[in-house]
Amino acid sequence: MSNVLIRLENVSKSYGAGSEPAVRNLTLEVMRGEVLVLVGPSGCGKSTTLRLINRLIEPTSGRMFIDGEDVTDANPSELRRKIGYVIQQVGLFPHRTIAENIATVPMLLGWKKDKIAARVDELLELVSMDPEIYRDRYPKELSGGQAQRIGVARALAADPDVLLMDEPFGAIDPITRDRLQNEFLRLQQELKKTIVFVTHDIDEAIKMGNRIAILREGSEIAQLDTPEAILSHPADEFVESFLGSGAILKGLTLKKVSDIELHQVPTLTSPVMREDALKTLQESVDQVALLLDANGKPLRWIDERALNRTTQPIEKSGRPVTVDLQPEDTLQDALTVMLQSSVGMACVTDRKGKYLGCTTIESLAKLIMSDG
Amino acid sequence: MDFLLRLIEFALSRQEQVAEGLVQHAWYVITVLVTAGLFAIVTGVVTRRNLLAKELALAIASVFLTIPSLALFVIFIPLVGLGFAPSFIALFLYSLLPILRNTITGLDGIDPGVLDAAKGMGLSPLQVLIKVELPLAWPVILAGVRVSSMLTVGIASIATLVAGGGLGDFIKSGLARLPLPNSLESIWLGTLLCLVLALAIDLILQALRAATISKGIR
Repeated sequence: MSNVLIRLENVSKSYGAGSEPAVRNLTLEVMRGEVLVLVGPSGCGKSTTLRLINRLIEPTSGRMFIDGEDVTDANPSELRRKIGYVIQQVGLFPHRTIAENIATVPMLLGWKKDKIAARVDELLELVSMDPEIYRDRYPKELSGGQAQRIGVARALAADPDVLLMDEPFGAIDPITRDRLQNEFLRLQQELKKTIVFVTHDIDEAIKMGNRIAILREGSEIAQLDTPEAILSHPADEFVESFLGSGAILKGLTLKKVSDIELHQVPTLTSPVMREDALKTLQESVDQVALLLDANGKPLRWIDERALNRTTQPIEKSGRPVTVDLQPEDTLQDALTVMLQSSVGMACVTDRKGKYLGCTTIESLAKLIMSDG
Repeated sequence: MDFLLRLIEFALSRQEQVAEGLVQHAWYVITVLVTAGLFAIVTGVVTRRNLLAKELALAIASVFLTIPSLALFVIFIPLVGLGFAPSFIALFLYSLLPILRNTITGLDGIDPGVLDAAKGMGLSPLQVLIKVELPLAWPVILAGVRVSSMLTVGIASIATLVAGGGLGDFIKSGLARLPLPNSLESIWLGTLLCLVLALAIDLILQALRAATISKGIR
């Protein structure tokens, strides 16, 4: 079994003579089980490229293969039933119930009724929507985020190997979009579909893609690589300018807190005597110590000035620790917490809240330098 | 009050004619709505992707509606003779525009995303038409049918002038005998029966609407 599932070979699409082709002589391979993101400025032909794969747009020249089979001349309707398709406008059928919408492709394939009903419920559960509540509702009763969940469920209905997604979260508000992206990543870990994902948003591309193809006009590949490689080694000026000035910051979303070395500040475990605390602090190179409770949960940052203000018990001096990081949080989260923190550090705890160490701006800078 | 009693008496004394007129009139409406409806919907569907064909079809249907009704009933007599045929043709041509216009509007108004998704999931062009386009355009098409039905009930009264029968018979004979006794009653009876028929047909169309339009788009 070859690792390449979709292969476009020298594919071109032009709309009549005289006009610039939307896709010029593109050769592209999509690996089995990967999320390949096509990203580029508007009008670069990324959507056209996507729609060539399920033949919603017929190529002017070139061949297309899915799983080694030449599908350039296959029956387009039958081909599309084997390929999931999710679009920005969602496009649920407003005159059909949620269940009927999800059942569209299974019905076309002639599945048995009870098999379809079971599959619909399974998919609703998969996209975190209660079948009892939503099965018989109509699309107009859904919010934008819910509608796109159903759109994804509908695309997955007949368990296609390939999923094509054209800016699926583009029309959704930022908070819901973030949640849907995370849910989608979780789903993909289970399902391992082969996904071609189109977006104009480089941040979304970095977050969603195993590999990213940055396209310029005529769907010409400017760079095709992993997000990490593209961020650290942009191929040319076009890629660099498309990534924007914040490439380093964007790279932080790809790394986890567990990737950097944690700094150990002196710790005090409550209850603690004032003299002991002072001694610990003076012996340390750090200006602050961390007060933990009996279970090792970080409570407050304590510095000398706080200790010298004797009017308050130690448990009420210093500044409270408001946010904890966990090892699987991204370094971008860590940076945010550090910038907001009064001491320029962020506490890292395990899932149960037990203190592990601190991230510091220096350790972050060291990691970025070593990457560059 | 006096007039009303005379009107009722007039109607009761001519029950057979009343029934005959109603049936003939209703028959015009039903046959015309079914045939013109099908013709207009098919025309709308066939021309939906071609702007020129669409505009041309609409222009032709508009021309029919601007021909004075009296003339339209009469000009077909040399071709098809008197009676049902010229009346049917005239009413058919009149009914086209509202249904055609609404079919085109309804089909144009469908969210392109819905059609893209339908095609992208593997519905064949015919399946897209039958399972998606027509059901979504149906409420608008049906509204056009309703306008045409009202139009037909009214204009079918002219059939009497080409010996086509219908409720127009009462109006014509009343007009011819004015101001003799029962002439005004005859005109009023024809008019009122038209209104009753229009109301009945509207109720039927309402029921059809409720039965055939998905809850999701009502």
